[in-house]
Amino acid sequence: MAKRNKAIWEWKIIWRAVLDAILKLNPRKMMGNPVMFVVEIGSVITTVLLFKSSSAFKFNLQITLWLWFTVLFANFAEAMAEGRGKAQADTLRKARSETIANRLIGSNGKLEKIPSSKLRAGDLVFVSATEFIPSDGEIIEGVASVDESAITGESAPVIREAGGDRSAVTGGTRVLSDKIKVKITSNPGETFLDRMIALVEGAERQKTPNEIALNILLAGLTIIFLLAVVTLQPFAIYSGSPQTVFVLVSLLVCLIPTTIGGLLSAIGIAGMDRLVQHNVLAMSGRAVEAAGDVNTLLLDKTGTITLGNRQAARFVPAPGVTERELADAAQLSSLADETPEGRSIVVLAKEKYGLRGRELASHEAHFVPFTAQTRMSGVDLNGFEVRKGAANAVQAYLLQNHREVPVGVKTTVEEIARSGGTPLVVAEKTRGALGVIELKDVVKGGMKERFDQLRAMGIKTVMITGDNPLTAAAIAREAGVDDFLAQATPKEKMDLIKKEQADGKLVAMTGDGTNDAPALAQADVGVAMNTGTQAAKEAGNMVDLDSNPTKLIEVVEIGKQLLMTRGSLTTFSIANDVAKYFAIIPAMFAGTFPVLNALNIMRLQTPQSAVLSAVIFNAVIIIALIPLALRGVKYRAMGAAALLRRNLWIYGVGGIIIPFLGIKLIDMLITRVGLA
Amino acid sequence: MTANGWFQILFFLALIFLVTKPMGVFMTRVFNRERTFMDPVLRPIEKLLYRVTLVEENHEMRWTEYAISMLLFSLVSMVVLYLIERLQGFLPFNPQKLGAVAPAHLAFNTAASFTTNTNWQNYAGETTMSYFTQMAGLAYHNFTSAAVGIALAIALIRGIARRQMQTIGNFWVDMVRSTLWVLLPFCVVGALLLVATGVVQNLRPYDKVSLVEPMQVQKVGPDDKAVIGPDGKPVMDTVTEQTIAQGPVASQEIIKEWGTNGGGFFNANSAHPFENPTPLSNLIELFSIFAVSAGLTYTLGRMTGSQAHGWAVWSAMAILFLAGVNAVYWAESRGNPLLAGIDQQVSTLQSGGNMEGKETRFGIANTALWATVTTDASCGAINGWHDSFTPLGGMVPLVNIMLSEVVFGGVGAGLYGILIYVVLAVFIAGLMVGRTPEYLGKKIEAYDVKMAMLVALVFPLVILTLAAISSVEAFGTSSILNPGPHGLTEIIYAFTSQAGNNGSAFGGLTGNTPWYNISGGVTMLIGRFLMIIPMLAIAGNLAQKKYVPPSLGTFPVTTPLFTALLIGVILIVGALTFFPALSLGPILEHLLMGIGKTF
Repeated sequence: MAKRNKAIWEWKIIWRAVLDAILKLNPRKMMGNPVMFVVEIGSVITTVLLFKSSSAFKFNLQITLWLWFTVLFANFAEAMAEGRGKAQADTLRKARSETIANRLIGSNGKLEKIPSSKLRAGDLVFVSATEFIPSDGEIIEGVASVDESAITGESAPVIREAGGDRSAVTGGTRVLSDKIKVKITSNPGETFLDRMIALVEGAERQKTPNEIALNILLAGLTIIFLLAVVTLQPFAIYSGSPQTVFVLVSLLVCLIPTTIGGLLSAIGIAGMDRLVQHNVLAMSGRAVEAAGDVNTLLLDKTGTITLGNRQAARFVPAPGVTERELADAAQLSSLADETPEGRSIVVLAKEKYGLRGRELASHEAHFVPFTAQTRMSGVDLNGFEVRKGAANAVQAYLLQNHREVPVGVKTTVEEIARSGGTPLVVAEKTRGALGVIELKDVVKGGMKERFDQLRAMGIKTVMITGDNPLTAAAIAREAGVDDFLAQATPKEKMDLIKKEQADGKLVAMTGDGTNDAPALAQADVGVAMNTGTQAAKEAGNMVDLDSNPTKLIEVVEIGKQLLMTRGSLTTFSIANDVAKYFAIIPAMFAGTFPVLNALNIMRLQTPQSAVLSAVIFNAVIIIALIPLALRGVKYRAMGAAALLRRNLWIYGVGGIIIPFLGIKLIDMLITRVGLA
Repeated sequence: MTANGWFQILFFLALIFLVTKPMGVFMTRVFNRERTFMDPVLRPIEKLLYRVTLVEENHEMRWTEYAISMLLFSLVSMVVLYLIERLQGFLPFNPQKLGAVAPAHLAFNTAASFTTNTNWQNYAGETTMSYFTQMAGLAYHNFTSAAVGIALAIALIRGIARRQMQTIGNFWVDMVRSTLWVLLPFCVVGALLLVATGVVQNLRPYDKVSLVEPMQVQKVGPDDKAVIGPDGKPVMDTVTEQTIAQGPVASQEIIKEWGTNGGGFFNANSAHPFENPTPLSNLIELFSIFAVSAGLTYTLGRMTGSQAHGWAVWSAMAILFLAGVNAVYWAESRGNPLLAGIDQQVSTLQSGGNMEGKETRFGIANTALWATVTTDASCGAINGWHDSFTPLGGMVPLVNIMLSEVVFGGVGAGLYGILIYVVLAVFIAGLMVGRTPEYLGKKIEAYDVKMAMLVALVFPLVILTLAAISSVEAFGTSSILNPGPHGLTEIIYAFTSQAGNNGSAFGGLTGNTPWYNISGGVTMLIGRFLMIIPMLAIAGNLAQKKYVPPSLGTFPVTTPLFTALLIGVILIVGALTFFPALSLGPILEHLLMGIGKTF
């Protein structure tokens, strides 16, 4: 499932959807959608009456066909939305294919070969290089590189090892090197892959709370229009102008909100699908809706707001030392330092002073690696001893050599610490302290703008970090988050979530470790990283297969987009009715009362062409809006008032105007062609 | 249309604007049980009432208990009124010796009518009701049905304002406080003002006066039809004296307006010179119709802590009101196109336009204003004859009622009516801001939508169904006075007015038949109580919900945009439901009039 940005129209999916659209005509399936069910009943009635009707057969036939098309188009929309999920499910099913597992029997190390489908939770299996991991589990012994591309789409292998937060493995992924002992954690049919297939396929899809509420509204409107149309016949009889069933059913179908009724489930499925395209799996549609409502985002500092590691930002030399000398010494001490911090020092020295990396092997160089005892690293070279490390560690080292750290360096260290950076003191044994390297968290590009957008949308961002409050405040200021939680412990994180929720706010967060699990479960939207532990994945209601915590922001946007699409198409659908009235009502009664043609403001050709045009428009608009339903309405980060104004203009006012144009156009077309 | 006419209309609206805040603040204090300047007098009475009726005033009710109390109260009140009507011959204050209100279905219709704050009248007051029935039966309901309406609106406001609470107040306390604080004192003052303008207030038998000039009139038989002599011509009677009806009118007149009841003491309602003698009394009565309802929008803002929302709702009402007045005033002052060649221009000598069915002392502006106000509110009092308006002029009052009378509306009923629209507007459009819908911090969910849709279904269900039956069955069509689309409008108006608990009659339809009395009575009961129960359910449900604090991302309910949206939803929902029926009634009639056909 590498790049899922598939085109909306793809022939394979379309054919399948056409077939599904017909299968979905089964009334038992249609009953879940009251609006379209009414259309289907109307179609059945007109079909039955078609062969009894003597006059106007051509008109009646066309009406009947278009009514059926209306139902089919709605089914097609739903099938299209499901189609993309089904295609993905097929790919995943291949990964799930039966494998043979080496199961450990008893404690004497004896192995037996059994099919993966027979594995139960608690079984122990061995998996060696090139073998597929038979089911979800946890590594209890060993370390291995694993190809998880079947699930994440990411081709680079990942390291999985026993203990810690990287111990979970997923069934269907493949071990590339080494051998691991895995304790199976899921029973057959309950694995991550199984759940994923069910999710993308929409098999477990349940209507979300908001969808249920909207369905009630649509059903209510349908009943109102049913009453309006059914009672119109007695009024028509009173007025001496009774109507045929074909015209009455046409009016009913045009009035009931078929546009949104036909597209509603497609919108929901497409919303989930958009998440899948972003490599996020939502365990329920409810979570996607909640994402749109989120008030507070809890974002981990590292990896989300800042690049993963601290980087050297500046060299501050000690009194009497030039910056170049310091840079030179710093570079020397870091040449063999493979930590990201070490590498960043080399890079900075090169960028600022053009100091190239030197081949040290030719010299009698001895590298001193960082240890927990010394808390310094460095190099011994031709009698020089260069060290770099935390201020107090270097101070202790210099004291041994009877040297003091100058006051100037000490104040620099304090300054850097206060501003949120990490000071590393560089010293040479004989010359003493040479100066300070400032390591800083580097805020990812574009984060400030995104937080500004979130703020405009009314969403508060809180940065979570283990740093001290000083450091945290500095980074928070730089990144532009609204608030921060420093020296955060899992408990404090949990308390923060509960406090926000007590104020009625909805909270979203990401997490991966087992100690994140309670908070993930407590949060309204908890996105677990796929690299995380099984516990974290089970606690959250979404899993990010890319394990990219920044994606939380996209998740929120997708949630909002889903709700906006629903609201916009509902508004559009209802607004459409105005034009349909002006098409059909004069057409119904102009025969008896020619004066009513005054209401025919579209100047439609004949009563028959008017009714037919309205019915055709009503059917075709469903097809025309499928791309919008699947893609979602354009989302812009702006305040609610601005969004509402914009969408009311487009879908409310536009919804009133467009059908006038559309019906007029269809009327011109069908009279030209001679269909009416 | 004249500048003077518009000045009077805008002056009236200005008065309503000015009374909104003081009335709203006052009602907030009353229903929060805070001190008001009337407490020294009213508080002892209130305490005494609770002691006598064993009401525990600090007891809080869930919505179900609130609803059951309200239903029981209304049921008992309705039965008592029915008995008074049927037994009035044995009761005091009956100088005209009027017998029981008969037939029984008329008494049922009237009991339902006054219990539901409708005041639909299939009888003529002066020839049917004794003073006792008027005062103890009808006026009692004028107070209590209005108090019920106010109590319900307050209960709904509490539901919106409260957070995670199970209860929405105490029905009995709200009733007592509505009556004692919001209705009685203002009615005492108002009645005295009306008496000052010439409205009568006495318990005397009717006066008989000799006519200056005897008149010849057709003799009417017991079947209400002209008696035809053996020569085939109508038999004529000579009338030499006239009966002038009397009664305790002023006291009843004021609550008729203040409580948006609308049931006239006399058959001619507020067109009668003893009910509404002068332009000043006309203004006092119009003001009384809107005062409480306008104030309630302020109470909504104050109790929910969003005053701007209260004003946004007020503005939507005011705009719809002006649109309505403008339409009637325009239609009526335009005159009758069929009378081309006759001077219909307004001048110092004549009012111009279509004066049929209007009182000369009110003219077109004040009649158009009244017709709009009485149907914007669920009042139903009239000072002109809607049946005689031009087709479009007559359609406006009808449409006003079809929109559920939410333009200020009936006391309480107008507010809870428009709040149902607000719930629907917020739900439909709320999604467009990318959040699940919320209203003043409360999420609008499936249950609320279900209840709001039940409320929305009541109108089309009763109005369209019963009007449809009446338009094709003989028992329905035989009551029609005019044929064609005008007759259809008469039927539709009758059911709309009763379903909306308005009570104004379009006229032309003989309502006192078994079919119309019974179907009308049922319509009024459904139109009132089937709307109230789901509305209270919403109140109870909202009260339980958590409060979501507003942010930039929250759906705005305080802006002009919201006002426009609310107006749009009200118009579209109303229009979509009733456009087909209207197109065969007043719209068709209007178009036919253009080619010279009238009915």
